[in-house]
Amino acid sequence: MSTGHTYGSIVVLGVQLIAAAMTLAAPFQARADEPPRVVEITAKRFEFTPKEITLKQGVPVTLRLTTEDVTHGFFMKKLGIDAVIEPGTPTEITITPQETGTFTTICDHFCGEGHGNMHMKIVVE
Amino acid sequence: MSDRVDRRSFLKIAGTTLGIGALYSVAPLLGADGAAGEVARRLWKKNGERLKPFSFVQMSDTHVGFNGAPDPLGTQAFERAVDTINGLRHRPDLVLVSGDLTHDSEKPGEQALRMRRFQEISSRLKVEAVHCIPGEHDAGLDGGALYRDVFGPTYYAFDHRGVHFIGLDNVSLAKPEVGPEQLAWLKKDLSRFPATAPIVVFTHRPLFDLKPEWEWFTSDGDDVMNLLAPYENVTVLYGHIHRHHEHTAGGARHLAARSLIFAFPDPETTADKKPLPFDKDQPFKNLGLRIVGEPGARGAAPGRPTIDEVELTMREFSGTVGVNQFLKEGGY
Repeated sequence: MSTGHTYGSIVVLGVQLIAAAMTLAAPFQARADEPPRVVEITAKRFEFTPKEITLKQGVPVTLRLTTEDVTHGFFMKKLGIDAVIEPGTPTEITITPQETGTFTTICDHFCGEGHGNMHMKIVVE
Repeated sequence: MSDRVDRRSFLKIAGTTLGIGALYSVAPLLGADGAAGEVARRLWKKNGERLKPFSFVQMSDTHVGFNGAPDPLGTQAFERAVDTINGLRHRPDLVLVSGDLTHDSEKPGEQALRMRRFQEISSRLKVEAVHCIPGEHDAGLDGGALYRDVFGPTYYAFDHRGVHFIGLDNVSLAKPEVGPEQLAWLKKDLSRFPATAPIVVFTHRPLFDLKPEWEWFTSDGDDVMNLLAPYENVTVLYGHIHRHHEHTAGGARHLAARSLIFAFPDPETTADKKPLPFDKDQPFKNLGLRIVGEPGARGAAPGRPTIDEVELTMREFSGTVGVNQFLKEGGY
């Protein structure tokens, strides 16, 4: 029946819209019992990928760090980040940024000639 | 006069910005009551320590092996510094080198060749001794193994004419830290000194948070300075930042030496950590190898360069008061 089909379509569409809205809102309204959003960051001499990530103030996030070559560091004092990234084993750190701003995060484990300029930005909004 | 021997009353350190990176003079302070000579004689009699004025030089970041943009000069600035030191009218007793003697290389055997080249050039120095500590470009990739083979321990202490010198390693653990083993050694080393002992620490990275985003810090630098806190005459000399910088905290004075390869900009005014561009018309600009001052300037005798005096740690004579008491007759 066309009416039934229409009602059914509306219901399905409504569910999809609600799901989509929840998906969009999820990063901003993470519930306490939900695991933090995971952000993947890859290190290799002498850069991080991506070069910039954006986090929300007060919202926990897990940074999953991997290296494609040698041991690297991942350091940003103001965000409480001080990690070592070993080859073959992802390093996970969970932080809850309390301060907004742009934070230059560096490799602080000497990794070779270009080490001094190996960094990325973490933007907290 | 009191029998109590108080070094603080007559032994002082003054520094000169020569950009070699810096030359320091240690001289007995002649007290207004003329008693200092008597104090010196008593100390000599007591422990055999003859106090004579002396000077030393701090050089830093020679990066032997680096040869390219932004500085195509290779070892020319380093060699010029050696010649400058050898040409000083009053030759310093010691030269301290605060790290990054060589630029790192992963080509087999190359780093060792660069270290030998450093030794070859530094051996021309006509001084009593050259004391080095490593930078991350010397020791960050192999935990300091090659450095120890070529130069010896990465941290150590020695005494020279009443001043206690401590070389600290904040690079060999790959991260900017001194580490618990070295902290325990430092605590033990310091325990035999009275609070008034003149202490000069030389290390590579700053022992305070100068600019962590540029890796200009030592993560356990506060632990080092806490161990040094009871001592009243502490000067920390470091390199790494390739520019002159002064900082005072907790009674200790921290001074960075210029590099002998290229200069970094002022992080307060520059966002990016990029070396200052090379100026072919002024190839040694910002490396500090300029002649200090100009003959005849500021009342100096004709034909002699003026020098900018910097107090290091002088508790009794803060500011510029007393500085002129340490200027040696004749200058450098």
